[in-house]
Amino acid sequence: MALFGLFSGKRKTSAAAAKERLQILISHERQNRRGPDFLPDLQRDILEVVKKYVSVRDDHVSIRLDRAGDASVLELNVILPEN
Amino acid sequence: MATVVTVTSGKGGVGKTTTSAAVAAGLAQLGHRTVVIDFDVGLRNLDLIMGVERRVVFDFVNVISGEATLNQALIQDKRLENLSVLAASQTKDKDALTEEGVGQVLGQLAEMGFEYIVCDSPAGIERGATMALYFADHAVIVTNPEVSSVRDSDRILGILQSKSKRAKEGGKVYEHLLITRYDPARVENGEMLSKDDVCDILAVKLIGVIPESKAVLKASNTGVPVILDENSDAGLAYGDAVCRFLGEDLPMRFVTPKKQGLFSRILGGGD
Repeated sequence: MALFGLFSGKRKTSAAAAKERLQILISHERQNRRGPDFLPDLQRDILEVVKKYVSVRDDHVSIRLDRAGDASVLELNVILPEN
Repeated sequence: MATVVTVTSGKGGVGKTTTSAAVAAGLAQLGHRTVVIDFDVGLRNLDLIMGVERRVVFDFVNVISGEATLNQALIQDKRLENLSVLAASQTKDKDALTEEGVGQVLGQLAEMGFEYIVCDSPAGIERGATMALYFADHAVIVTNPEVSSVRDSDRILGILQSKSKRAKEGGKVYEHLLITRYDPARVENGEMLSKDDVCDILAVKLIGVIPESKAVLKASNTGVPVILDENSDAGLAYGDAVCRFLGEDLPMRFVTPKKQGLFSRILGGGD
């Protein structure tokens, strides 16, 4: 086994894949957790308002709250359809 | 003042009850008056792991609802004089656990002179689990080196940091990571997350690594906390973990593959 490992070069192990996937997923989940409780509701309401005027897909509206120093920035991203 | 230690994980089947039994027995062995409480209302199993299943007359919910006194419901362990068990109810539903009721029982246990109250949390993030962690001073997060367990542990950490009594009062629950079912040989081959990987991802201080061991099933078969099996690597690893929990600085054991002899390598197998 060890010998084969020597010649097969640096193939990524499944444990390394697990670590990478977890790091991405958990940092994303932690970011959502840090936001205030009203963010999901706010996102839903904004989506309703936008939908009154343009038809957008549910997953094309994203909202996030970032803190920079003593200011908070509410970032709203709406992907509008081409036509 | 009693210290409340909650054993939790989010995911089921990772070894919470085995750990609760081991940690409680370990603390009692070291001379601390300890009680271990099963919070898994409806699906109790701590009684079985502790080997007291035939001595349960009254349970945690009976005490909360006033149908029995704590003295009637507490089961004194026959091996360790400092250890008592409070079983969960088999029949009642989870709503029987109220914040007020649980708080009163924990307060009474502290008045009775227990130094450590170990809370065995059920899996999930429902009422039983949130009640088990609400009053926690310390939390032992039990994690298998496997993706879903690590993710669920992170969720439970989030709940501890936002929904526990200490967090709500602006404080912090002391967090300890315990990795169970660890297979050093598979880690070395890159088939399993290493203890350092899990620590990096969760960012919690590691208090122990319990190797995958036949002793754990043997212990549950016979109703003896595995920490009392001093001939087993898992028992010794739990012993070390309890000492680290109490602040001792010990090197990790059983985290490198066992050296296989030439014969067992040729013949295959091993354990």
